[in-house]
Amino acid sequence: MNFEFLNDPAGFGLSEGWLQIAFDSPYWHVLLAGLLNTLKVALPALIISTLLGLFIGLGQLVRHPLLRALCKGYVNLFRNVPLLLQLLAIYFAITQFFPIASQAWSLGDSFFFSKSGLAMPAWGGDTPVRGRFSIEGGWVLSPEYLAVLLALVVYTAAFIAEVVRAGIQAVKPGMRQGALALGLNNSQVNRHVVLPLALRVMVPSLSNQYLNLLKNASLGVAVGYPELVSVANTAINQSGKAVECVLIILVTYALLSAVASGLMNLLNTRVNRGAL
Amino acid sequence: MNRILWVVLPVLLAPLVWALLDWAVFNAVFVPNLQACQQAAGQGACWGVVAEKWRVILFGRYPLEEQWRAGIVLVLWSVLLFATAARVFKARHGFMAWSLVLPASAVLLATGAPTNLWGGLPLTLILSTVGFGLAFPLAVLLALGRQSSNTWVRSVCTAYIELLRALPLVTVLFLAAFVLPLWLPTGVLGEGLDLFTRVLLTIALFSAAYLAEVLRGGLQAVPQGQGMAAKALGLNAFQRNMLVVLPQAIRACLPSLTNSFVTLFKECSLVSIVALFELTGALSLALAGDVLWRSFYLEGYLFIGLVYWAYCFGLSKTVK
Repeated sequence: MNFEFLNDPAGFGLSEGWLQIAFDSPYWHVLLAGLLNTLKVALPALIISTLLGLFIGLGQLVRHPLLRALCKGYVNLFRNVPLLLQLLAIYFAITQFFPIASQAWSLGDSFFFSKSGLAMPAWGGDTPVRGRFSIEGGWVLSPEYLAVLLALVVYTAAFIAEVVRAGIQAVKPGMRQGALALGLNNSQVNRHVVLPLALRVMVPSLSNQYLNLLKNASLGVAVGYPELVSVANTAINQSGKAVECVLIILVTYALLSAVASGLMNLLNTRVNRGAL
Repeated sequence: MNRILWVVLPVLLAPLVWALLDWAVFNAVFVPNLQACQQAAGQGACWGVVAEKWRVILFGRYPLEEQWRAGIVLVLWSVLLFATAARVFKARHGFMAWSLVLPASAVLLATGAPTNLWGGLPLTLILSTVGFGLAFPLAVLLALGRQSSNTWVRSVCTAYIELLRALPLVTVLFLAAFVLPLWLPTGVLGEGLDLFTRVLLTIALFSAAYLAEVLRGGLQAVPQGQGMAAKALGLNAFQRNMLVVLPQAIRACLPSLTNSFVTLFKECSLVSIVALFELTGALSLALAGDVLWRSFYLEGYLFIGLVYWAYCFGLSKTVK
């Protein structure tokens, strides 16, 4: 085993990423860019899917039959279809049905949706403008990125919704009744009794879902989103250093998992102490 | 709040549902007629693409005149799978039925075409079911090993489980499909293992790690007294586990085991990334190269999505 190849020029660029990748950038540089791309899609997906999952999970428990049926329907639909299939379908829909860049759908002349992705105003005040053939400037999210993000959100939210539902249903009805009998009103009961107890059940399963999300981001390879696994696959093809590259993936994912479960454990102890 | 929802939700939903029905049913083309489909594009779905391509979508590259073999396997395995989930047979009879059907299907399929031509839904069923079946005994060993008092056994099992669970399946499949052949001594195993076998074994080894964790949960649910009582009755370690502890542990984690199977069934779609054409890959096979029908991919995705959904949702409901 020999990791010296990491300093050799990789000879392939990435279609997107925060790091500037030149044609002669070394392998470690390209792999790092891949890792950043993984995080760039996984972290927003984690936040959005948690919010959506929370909403749908609570929706499964309301008394309103129509809303409840909708939320249950969402969970049953998206949990039972492979993520890869959802990803491919979303990617196809974006590249097929969205207009070409010069005819992009715009929202208030600052957001542009088209086959080339979503362009929106960047931090520095760089607003995208409709050019003759393309949208120029602004902060651009590629169609590959959007497809992976959307698929991860839709799929993971269905699982998180189940975690939320199970967590709240695990709180014994007597707890709520007891708190009500003590004179707490409904929102106080939810905040001080049901939520803390439900969180104890939810946090371990939630951390499992987050780890799954992190690993599922590797499906980006199917639509050509240059995340870590897809970059490493190209690196294997170019350099022939299969064992080394797989070891790099293994160590990286193990570290990511360790960080993620460390954070979730921290949250878990706080939740169990009732400090949240 | 309740009343507002009764007004707002239907008002929001009705046009959506109507547009969906309009597209999927009223304006849809159900016959494999390309011109009609192209005319309807935008207003109605083209289910004709499924009518035109269903054989490739369902059976992949399996030779056309031999597809009755794949068809028999598909029906037989689906029936057996749902019957097992519904617990129609006793465990022993179910085991016997599978051990009859399995080699028979292998012979039936292999006489029609070599494994590299197997594809479509039968392949998805084979990879997930056989993968699960192979993973299960290994998972039992791993789960028991993780509880062993022997430090070496315990750390090897723990390391195996944790390492594989840290890796994405895509990486492992990629390794098995493209890298492993470079190392395998071709002389020893004839031409080496074929792609199908390598992928099948990979899926088994990979899901064993996940199954082991599920089983560990089941083992923890069995009261310690059960094992001790069995020991007091003079049963040896093998008998204790096989006759007393494991049956209770498996029963305790049956819902999670079903979940694991459904997950595996869905994850088999990933083998299309390494050039085995199971259901998802077979759809690309049917459409990617066909310039005329290619624009109706979405209908194809919806169709196989429905197939996946029917199996996954159906299985989890049947077990309950």
